[in-house]
Amino acid sequence: MDIIFQTWPWYVSGFLIGMVMLCLIYFGKTFGMSSNLRSLCAMTGLGKKVGFFDFDWKLQRWNLLVVLGAMLGGFIAVHFMSDASNVSINPKTIAQLAQLGIDAPNGKLLPNALFGNDVFQSPKMIFILIIGGVLIGFGTRYASGCTSGHAIYGLSSFQLPSLKAVIGFFIGGLIMTHFLLPLIF
Amino acid sequence: MKALKYILVGIVFGIVLTKSEAVSWYRIYEMFEFQSFHMYGIIMVAIITGVIGIQIIKRKNIKDIKGLPIEIIEKEPGSTRFWIGGIFFGLGWALVGACPGPIFILLGAGFLPMILVLFGALFGTYLYGLLRNKLPH
Repeated sequence: MDIIFQTWPWYVSGFLIGMVMLCLIYFGKTFGMSSNLRSLCAMTGLGKKVGFFDFDWKLQRWNLLVVLGAMLGGFIAVHFMSDASNVSINPKTIAQLAQLGIDAPNGKLLPNALFGNDVFQSPKMIFILIIGGVLIGFGTRYASGCTSGHAIYGLSSFQLPSLKAVIGFFIGGLIMTHFLLPLIF
Repeated sequence: MKALKYILVGIVFGIVLTKSEAVSWYRIYEMFEFQSFHMYGIIMVAIITGVIGIQIIKRKNIKDIKGLPIEIIEKEPGSTRFWIGGIFFGLGWALVGACPGPIFILLGAGFLPMILVLFGALFGTYLYGLLRNKLPH
């Protein structure tokens, strides 16, 4: 039973993520999480003002159900399938984070420095989380996909545009982690 | 039943991403610092599983659940949008440690501050829709 509560190994997790995508392909659909953001925007009636959101979002309802399921899955995994051994990252990483003033995981998925409940009292942290979201929303729509749509689905089907996008993801990620995060924290 | 299968696949997806810790800010930081193989392993095995599955579907002409031919959606050709859009997303991914799937998964798990990220992501999506015709693709 311990196996369920501990961190799942990369080869099991990777295989299951691949199978999730293949399931959706078998259902006659595709794999991509960020397009749900566009559907959510369209649901609010933005299509009347901005052409990009003028499409029949109801055809994307299946994907919103996947998202709903994913939220339930996250709830189940965090509340019923976790233990204190989780998120045992490289000790070197922990030491580096300490220098930035970011707390060690000790079994938690997210640092309190960014996601503790007191971030709501810090204008700086509120700003950082919103800006992070804006970059994600803007970037994924501009690149027409995120980790699921490009890195997994696109690369699995040997699509060159997805390779460009994934290299872009890494360029952006490396710039943030190595140059910008030390300035922010 | 139609709806249920999507919710079930979603539940599996949410559990796997959480238990593999791909939703963890720490794991994303560690990945971009090249201090662990974990995330690279996950992404590589997911791609290998996908490649094998898609090849089997193509070669054996497997039909989907409704008996229709399976079609892999081709991304539109281009360069600029993938490079620039990709870099924007990468910056956000490394900052808040979540891609779009995990934003929802973590919100479902009860990490309330994630609502700020979701709000930002919706606004960013809106911003793209607004500026789309002025941006180079």
